[in-house]
Amino acid sequence: MQEETVLSMRGICKEFPGVKALQNVDFTLRRGEIHALMGENGAGKSTLIKVLTGVYTKDAGHIQMEGTEGEANIRSPQDAQNIGISTVYQEITLCPNLTVAENMFIGREAGLLTHRKEYEKKAEQLLKNLNIPARARQELSSCSLAVQQMVAIARAVDMNCKVLILDEPTSSLDEKEVQMLFSLMRDLRSRGVGIIFVTHFLEQVYEVCDRITVLRNGELVGEYIIQDLPQVQLVAKMMGKELDETIEIDASGKKNTPTGETVYEAENLSSSEAKPFNFKISRGEVNGFTGLLGSGRSESVRAIFGADRVTGGKVRMNGKQVRISRPIDAMKNGIGYLPEDRKRDGIIADLSVRDNIILALQVMKGFFHPMSRSEMEKFADEYIHTLNIKTASKDTPVGSLSGGNQQKVILARWLLTHPEYLILDEPTRGIDIGTKLEIQRLVLKLAEENVSVTFISSEIEEMLRTCSRLIVMRDRKIVGELTGDELSQTNIMKTIAGGEKQ
Amino acid sequence: MRKAGKASWKTGGIGQLMIPLIAVGLLILFNLIRDPSFFSIHTTPGNSGGIVLTGNLISIINGASELAVLAMGMTLVTAACGGQDISVGAAAAIAGSVFVRVLKTPDVITGGTMILAFASCCVVAMLFGAFNGTLVAVFRIQPMIATLILYTCGRSIAYWINGGATPTVSSPIINAIGSYIPGVPIPTPIFIVLAVGILLALVFRFTNLRLYTQSVGINQGAAKLNGINSTMIKLLSFIILGLCVATAGCIGVSRLSLINHETLLLDVEMDAILAVAIGGNSLGGGKFRISGSILGAYIIQMLTITLYAMKVPSTNVKAYKAIVIILLVVMGSPVVKKKIADFWKHLRGSHPASVGKEAA
Repeated sequence: MQEETVLSMRGICKEFPGVKALQNVDFTLRRGEIHALMGENGAGKSTLIKVLTGVYTKDAGHIQMEGTEGEANIRSPQDAQNIGISTVYQEITLCPNLTVAENMFIGREAGLLTHRKEYEKKAEQLLKNLNIPARARQELSSCSLAVQQMVAIARAVDMNCKVLILDEPTSSLDEKEVQMLFSLMRDLRSRGVGIIFVTHFLEQVYEVCDRITVLRNGELVGEYIIQDLPQVQLVAKMMGKELDETIEIDASGKKNTPTGETVYEAENLSSSEAKPFNFKISRGEVNGFTGLLGSGRSESVRAIFGADRVTGGKVRMNGKQVRISRPIDAMKNGIGYLPEDRKRDGIIADLSVRDNIILALQVMKGFFHPMSRSEMEKFADEYIHTLNIKTASKDTPVGSLSGGNQQKVILARWLLTHPEYLILDEPTRGIDIGTKLEIQRLVLKLAEENVSVTFISSEIEEMLRTCSRLIVMRDRKIVGELTGDELSQTNIMKTIAGGEKQ
Repeated sequence: MRKAGKASWKTGGIGQLMIPLIAVGLLILFNLIRDPSFFSIHTTPGNSGGIVLTGNLISIINGASELAVLAMGMTLVTAACGGQDISVGAAAAIAGSVFVRVLKTPDVITGGTMILAFASCCVVAMLFGAFNGTLVAVFRIQPMIATLILYTCGRSIAYWINGGATPTVSSPIINAIGSYIPGVPIPTPIFIVLAVGILLALVFRFTNLRLYTQSVGINQGAAKLNGINSTMIKLLSFIILGLCVATAGCIGVSRLSLINHETLLLDVEMDAILAVAIGGNSLGGGKFRISGSILGAYIIQMLTITLYAMKVPSTNVKAYKAIVIILLVVMGSPVVKKKIADFWKHLRGSHPASVGKEAA
């Protein structure tokens, strides 16, 4: 491998209102290497790519490209392309109803004159060169997704790109197609192209990459040669934990033993967003779904609640088969769901704290049975008091409360429905530590009162503190289940990383 | 998501009625200064015997009836869908045509025929409402585009219903609806507005229509996750607007004892939307206040009558109306509201400071 730098990004900063998306990030790409850019969702991968391709303009930092004097001035995707940076996105951005050759040369003919014969010949040659199983005059839509992607890559290569960015190229490909793509990537590597590979499939990284750069919360964690970073270590880096600092949390007070009676059971449940999975929870049990962001944990619980379109599977509540295809079905069966994105899916910002608290119960009572004003006031007062919600009044629009208090309002909304089974997806995200602890204590208290709770959090310590069983997910599949003594950070990370292989 | 800015919190509160109330106050003041007798009410003998009340105030409240009824329905559609129905005028022409068509069928118009005619006209208007509602709620077409269809073809459908004629209907019952019930000195349309208002208030009291509509309008995703069927709510808002359209159409027909499908409630849709906006309701949906929209309807009518009283040529009335509307809308905009709020704060804040300076 040559050590010749083709692209170097130094001290890149990018800020969005309220978020520091990138802070002082460095990234180096060498000639003829495949470089994985890793991180959880929201770590800053896409932002970095977008800065590099000119979609966003950086706030600070320097970008240098080989062959370009001084600082590379990238203001638009066109600029990026002109200096040799090409991107192939997850979704194919070509025109399916044009031929392969047309797709490869569209938008870059020299002037108005296009010599069909000539570019078809050129395309044919390039396809052959790169071992892409497609013919130049074939309509693009008649090729498989993988081949379409490869055509997109061929187009990029033909534009003399020095840096090729592949953003999640494998997510919609099957195993064989992935292998095809990988051999093309290796081929390009041997021709000296620097490839940036963004993916959330860990195995694929180890199969094809030379180097890994890890980002977390918009900051650079480090750049590693693939041999120096075992998969478990990589997961630890992405999550921001050190393996040796996994101090086990004492088991005192937590994990009351569930009674064993199954409250909710799903068999091969699937939705438009979640692959089929089996799952059950006992009365008074607190369990958790864990896995990296984007591993499918939220999608799974959304399927349980009927939040996405349910596509199959059997569901039993207390042993009796029920049909849950819409949220109202789940609610009527005693399931509550606190969504991951509080602002988008949780609060009704302009409505008052009172209306937000009573909403779910009111909907369950039905359209023609509105609660009396005094009843609403009573419930609102009760839960504002119990959960210690800090609000100017019951009439204050919930949108004006702090994040933690908004979250408590939504918690109150579901507690008011007295659910048998409560799903909490990231209830503590973006919340101050005091409120976090309050919510954790509340979860344990609910379990004592025989409510079953599914608790999802990105913070492993929090899950270890509250959950007696953890379901581990990776790449949208359940890959393990940990209970009792198995519950430790090390084990979780091993399972996420595919411990069996280590 | 909609911005949860400070200005939008005000929507729905009493504060929402500030601008329309100030507008009413200014219009009254202006008229009183211009002509102190502007609002005086006279008693005159009515056509059907007895004594009736007349005067500018009565004609304002009476004349705004159709608009007020439509504005109520339009408020619901606006709140739930974040868009407006521009087909209400055309739909009212259809409803009015159906009303007359059923009335003309028998030789003598009895109370029974009246009820039948009104019921048919309600059903037809609700069907057209459901048509618009389906396009918006199920097919997720922008409300203005969806209702553009009926806006374009509505009056042609109305033309077809009565075979192109503009038939007249004469009956004491029609007179009683369009002008005065014998022995009652106040025009009947005013009572109809009152009845629709009370009906709607009862619906709000005995169902969750307000909560659901506001939830869907503010955050459809969250509403869905709380078990609300947002498609149904949007559809329902259009069906309720359909009922309002039928009512307005019948009032319009009864006033003239004839149906003219080309002119009945012509251009009323823009006034209805304007009434919703003047009432301080966000045209982007969410929180709403029906009373604001009703007030808005009366403001528009008061403005028109004022201009006529000032002997402004009828061709120029629209231009003058536009000027006042610009003022009202700009006054109610979040930017100006914020400026005014800041100005108040500034006044309060600077007061002690200036005292301090004097002391120094």
